[in-house]
Amino acid sequence: MAASAEQGSAENTQATWYGIVQQTLKRNEIRLVPYVPDRVLTTLIKNLHADPYFTTFPTAREEEAVGIVSGAWMAGMRGAVLMQTSGFATLANVLASLAVPYQIPLIMFVSERGTLGEFNYGQALVCRTMRPVLDSLAMEHHTITRLDELEFITDRSIKQAITTQAPVALILSPLLTGGKVFDK
Amino acid sequence: MTTTRARNTKVMNRFDLTRRLVAKLKDEAVIGGIGNTNFDLWAAGHRPQNFYMLGSMGLAFPIALGVALAQPQRRVFALEGDGSLLMQLGCLSTIASQAPGNLTMVVMDNGIYQITGSQPTPAASGTDIVAVAIASGLSNSSWAADEDDFERLIDQSMSASVPTLIGVRIDDKPGTGTTRRDPVQIRERFMEGVGVRRPF
Repeated sequence: MAASAEQGSAENTQATWYGIVQQTLKRNEIRLVPYVPDRVLTTLIKNLHADPYFTTFPTAREEEAVGIVSGAWMAGMRGAVLMQTSGFATLANVLASLAVPYQIPLIMFVSERGTLGEFNYGQALVCRTMRPVLDSLAMEHHTITRLDELEFITDRSIKQAITTQAPVALILSPLLTGGKVFDK
Repeated sequence: MTTTRARNTKVMNRFDLTRRLVAKLKDEAVIGGIGNTNFDLWAAGHRPQNFYMLGSMGLAFPIALGVALAQPQRRVFALEGDGSLLMQLGCLSTIASQAPGNLTMVVMDNGIYQITGSQPTPAASGTDIVAVAIASGLSNSSWAADEDDFERLIDQSMSASVPTLIGVRIDDKPGTGTTRRDPVQIRERFMEGVGVRRPF
């Protein structure tokens, strides 16, 4: 389980899911990371802001962030979008009319709400729309549950997205992140 | 007050304004919003630095922001309709926060969804889009009074150090041409046009 957020050494950071995500983004030269926040993503977002390598900022809507990274990629800068499940649910139009038909390697990290202890019925229902939308567009997606598989899945998926010019969604399961629970 | 200012601007024509803009361009990127906005951009003469949207209504400014962040040395223009911008007003705050000086946004405001049958937008009766932009933090935003003023504002934006937004009141005419709807070709040519790709 990811220990409490030690910031001290790089080794400590790399042993956490958010440390691995940050390092994998860097290794793949992904500098631009717009996001709509999620509680689970807090440490990752904070660490990206603290790292001058990244240009990271909040957007008002997830589709706005998709537009930004799409434009940036066409102009030679790689990006990824961070969001939570309910944010993904707002994206069907932009995926079907921009990312997929224009063949843009849109890289999305989705913090998964709505399962494994969800306390909000609305989130639970929204979560059920996510994989059917991805499947209906034949989009690559992986649900990451284990720390020891995170780097492999993330690194390979980013490389595949870029080389095949196809979007990918990396779903961060509560099994990986701890998720959000009622008493938090 | 602000609505009076908008009403006092001359009602112009989208294709005419687009031609005036394109005539000034060299290697600047232009993002054309969905529908008539990019039809007129296409009709003004295709350039490899033009990107034409075929969907994702409201994302012309966010896409242009991405281009502007990736290539800070290149000027980026974004042409968007008022109805489209209404779908994504939050992007004005995002752009204000990132403040790329190389971004010029043009809002083609006719108060209607021309392409779907000219129904009025909810903003038609009283929203001043330039005032919205200013209130979102884009202080360098103004209405173009007429065609000469539009050209002056475009020229001025070429050397601006903060993002520029120009509102233009336009008539209810449809687009002049029709963009060829081949998304991969549009994207690939744009990437060649902005120097990211070399042709095979």
